[in-house]
Amino acid sequence: MFQGMSAIDLARGQFAFTVMFHIVFPAFTIGIASYLAVLEGLWLWTRDEVYMRIFDYWKTIFAVVFGMGVVSGIVMSYQFGTNWSVFSDKAGPVIGPLMGYEVLSAFFLEAGFLGIMLFGLNKVGPKLHFTATVMVAIGTLFSAFWILSANSWMQTPTGYSINEAGQFVPEDWWAVIFNPSFPYRLVHMTLAAYLTTAFVVGAVSAWHLLSDRENRAARTMFSMAMWMALIVAPVQIFAGDQHGLNTLEHQPRKIAAMEGHWETEAGAPLILFGIPDDDAEVTRYKLEIPYGSALILTHSLDGTLKGLKEWAKQDRPPMEIVFWSFRIMVGLGFLMLGIGLWSGWRRLRGHLFDDQWLLRAAIVMGPSGFVAVLAGWVTTEVGRQPYTVYELLRTADSAAPLAAPAVAASLIAFIVVYCAVFGAGIFYILRLMHRRPGHETPVEELGPTHAAGIPPAIDSNRARGE
Amino acid sequence: MDFNLLAFIWAAIIAFAVLAYVVLDGFDLGVGILFPFMKGEKERDLMMNSVAPIWDGNETWLVLGGGGLLAVFPLAYATILPALYAPIIAMLLGLIFRGVAFEFRWRTRRGKFLWDWAFAGGSMIAAFAQGVALGALVQGIRVEDRAYAGGWWDWLTWFSILTGVALIVGYGLLGATWLVMKTEGPVHDRARRLAKPAGIATLVLIGLVSLITPFLEQQYLARWFDFPTVIFSLVVPLLVLGCAYVLFNGLIRGGDHAPFFAAQAIFILCYAGIGISFYPYMVPTSVTIWDAAAPDSSLAFMLVGACILMPIILAYTGFAYWVFRGKVHADGGYH
Ligand code: HDD
Ligand code: HEM
Ligand code: HEM
Repeated sequence: MFQGMSAIDLARGQFAFTVMFHIVFPAFTIGIASYLAVLEGLWLWTRDEVYMRIFDYWKTIFAVVFGMGVVSGIVMSYQFGTNWSVFSDKAGPVIGPLMGYEVLSAFFLEAGFLGIMLFGLNKVGPKLHFTATVMVAIGTLFSAFWILSANSWMQTPTGYSINEAGQFVPEDWWAVIFNPSFPYRLVHMTLAAYLTTAFVVGAVSAWHLLSDRENRAARTMFSMAMWMALIVAPVQIFAGDQHGLNTLEHQPRKIAAMEGHWETEAGAPLILFGIPDDDAEVTRYKLEIPYGSALILTHSLDGTLKGLKEWAKQDRPPMEIVFWSFRIMVGLGFLMLGIGLWSGWRRLRGHLFDDQWLLRAAIVMGPSGFVAVLAGWVTTEVGRQPYTVYELLRTADSAAPLAAPAVAASLIAFIVVYCAVFGAGIFYILRLMHRRPGHETPVEELGPTHAAGIPPAIDSNRARGE
Repeated sequence: MDFNLLAFIWAAIIAFAVLAYVVLDGFDLGVGILFPFMKGEKERDLMMNSVAPIWDGNETWLVLGGGGLLAVFPLAYATILPALYAPIIAMLLGLIFRGVAFEFRWRTRRGKFLWDWAFAGGSMIAAFAQGVALGALVQGIRVEDRAYAGGWWDWLTWFSILTGVALIVGYGLLGATWLVMKTEGPVHDRARRLAKPAGIATLVLIGLVSLITPFLEQQYLARWFDFPTVIFSLVVPLLVLGCAYVLFNGLIRGGDHAPFFAAQAIFILCYAGIGISFYPYMVPTSVTIWDAAAPDSSLAFMLVGACILMPIILAYTGFAYWVFRGKVHADGGYH
């Protein structure tokens, strides 16, 4: 299957494959965990049944997604050692403690309270149960904090020195953690997780509203999701813009690749579309807005932007990938904004739930968050190439002393297992979303275990033995 | 390099994390290993429910072991994992299958049997792979120039297969005694019956592995038969026998708690024995604790967090166990 590929390319492929599966789950769990905390809080506050129904609905889905996030995450944390051992040896003293703090402050917190959140309402009572839900939500956010700090340090390393063994030695932990790109990445990723969840919730509720306009739980969900789209999408676009300015300052060659610029020029145009060609070093068939790039990135019409040709060929990221992934993300961001504005206008008119086309559009946009998150990460990570630690450690020098057949075998195993297992998981999640919200599990039965009570798959009404 | 107190403390913390993993995840892997021996859907539901609220926390100790190693002994992490490439990948794949089974099993009726197999098979593969990894580590790993210098199949020997089988059987024993403690009815009775052969097999395998180990490495031989460590070589087996007595006594006389704690104590004693043989190596017998240690700034930074957070973690983990204390019942969870 992978004949002729070098061990390092296989290892890159394996890393990209496994991390892209992994990130899909946290992007969703970070969002739903916070959503669940809000729902339970609203329920405690208003005692309105409907919030508990919605909570229950998403809790089951959360459990499935979370399980997949955990198992795919464990693979990540061991893969640094198996495939990227030189990177681990050299960058471990910096990256390792950040991920260590993630385990201590986030993973244990999530795991410790997850059981109580899923199975413990009857045992600990609503107040403590709410605490558990909040702890799980905080855990997911801590997790994002530390792992993004680690990733950002690889993008914009600061606060280190290098010892005689070639290891990065942390000198100033504050500078390591709060490295220049970290605040931007943290904000942007957290908002991304919230948007992703909002669009999934929006799609599920819209789908049920299409056939049952009066379903109260679905109406509440749809309304909440559309508020999120209206408020968070513009904030995200602003955050993304700020992130881009930060990248221009610290990783100008990534920006050149994102923008499709080969030549350094003053008053560079904004290339909306085009076909970049890495071999010929040109971008063909451009559709441009004159001075656009210069205006956005330097806030002046004749600002100068560096083109990718400023760097030697072996020091450039592949424009062909970064250019497209960036456009997919930005395009989806504006589509999300569009949905938000549309819903806002409909809401003002009092027709939020009556616009068939809005409901249909919300369904189509259901997976948009996942696609945008993946596209964003591809931009970030491929744009960092050819380095793992930007300008300090090359990807080619990071790998373990690997044998191609061993990596090929493990890559094939991961592809087969992930597609089968996570494919089944996604199928089950879709089936859970097929349940009509608001019709299952009365609150008092919100049992100690779903496991004992609800074999919830197939038919929630029958399954409950009602 | 000289003795470094920070690195020594960290070696102890990592050792504790790995031990916590074995003690905690061992029994829930064991529950998976015993799945095929229990007939009937109700019985299996009950088994799974007995560990469902806590397994994730248990497995997090494995993440701490791995992540902690990267943070404080990066060189050990960077040489052990490539050396154990195949068993580590197998373990990860096994953990995937069993981890998702906890949720997937309740999401389908037609496919339920598939996830029963995933749970049992995944648990067995993970246990076997961990045992093989341990055996390969005991045999030693060749390191040159800060990199693994052996072949891709070095981990595969009769000895590592033996330790792999030993861990499956041992975890099976932990799982069986856990079920004796946490369940009632047919599952309880069956687990009690299974625990006896599992206990005998575990003791025999421990004996075999202990007999072979000193002859694998000069250092182990010296450790085991030189003063003062020879005292341990005498005391540890005696303590193991004492625990074995408590284990079987409980199993035969009908105690519900004693067998579980006795089985755990056997594991802890074996673990201590391995620790004594390894010291001061992080990667036997090529990288010592001091060679592998990260710079002091990394060790100190992590130690602050560990000192503050570990007690908190232990406290809420304890709380979670306490919430789900007592017997699990078939009819609706925990009462
Ligand atoms: C719902 C998800 C989502 C949406 C709608 C957007 N992004 Fe994004 N973007 C991400 C999700 C994301 C991400 C997955 O969270 C990334 C990957 C790494 C990171 O920090 O955030 C990212 C990275 C990322 C980067 C790369 C930063 C770097 O590594 O140097 C830039 C410049 C932007 N984004 C800019 C934007 C702009 C201008 C958007 C406006 C439409 C936008 N993003 C919408
Ligand atoms: C290569 C990088 C990554 C590694 C090594 C990694 C590692 C892990 C591990 C080991 C787990 C399981 C924890 C447990 O046992 O409970 C996990 C889960 C998780 N990770 Fe990642 N992770 C990575 C990337 C990310 C990113 C980029 C994010 C988010 C911004 C993230 C957020 C989470 C969250 C929230 C969980 C909890 C489980 C879930 O939500 O599904 N991780 N990760
Ligand atoms: C979770 C979302 C992420 C996605 C979708 C993602 C995606 C990718 C992709 C596509 C590559 C391959 C790049 C190439 O070789 O051209 C890569 C490489 C890599 N990324 Fe990420 N990444 C993510 C998060 C992280 C995080 C949080 C870390 C570190 C803490 C990280 C560290 C690395 C490393 C070490 C490599 C391997 C070396 C390399 O090829 O650059 N990634 N990632």
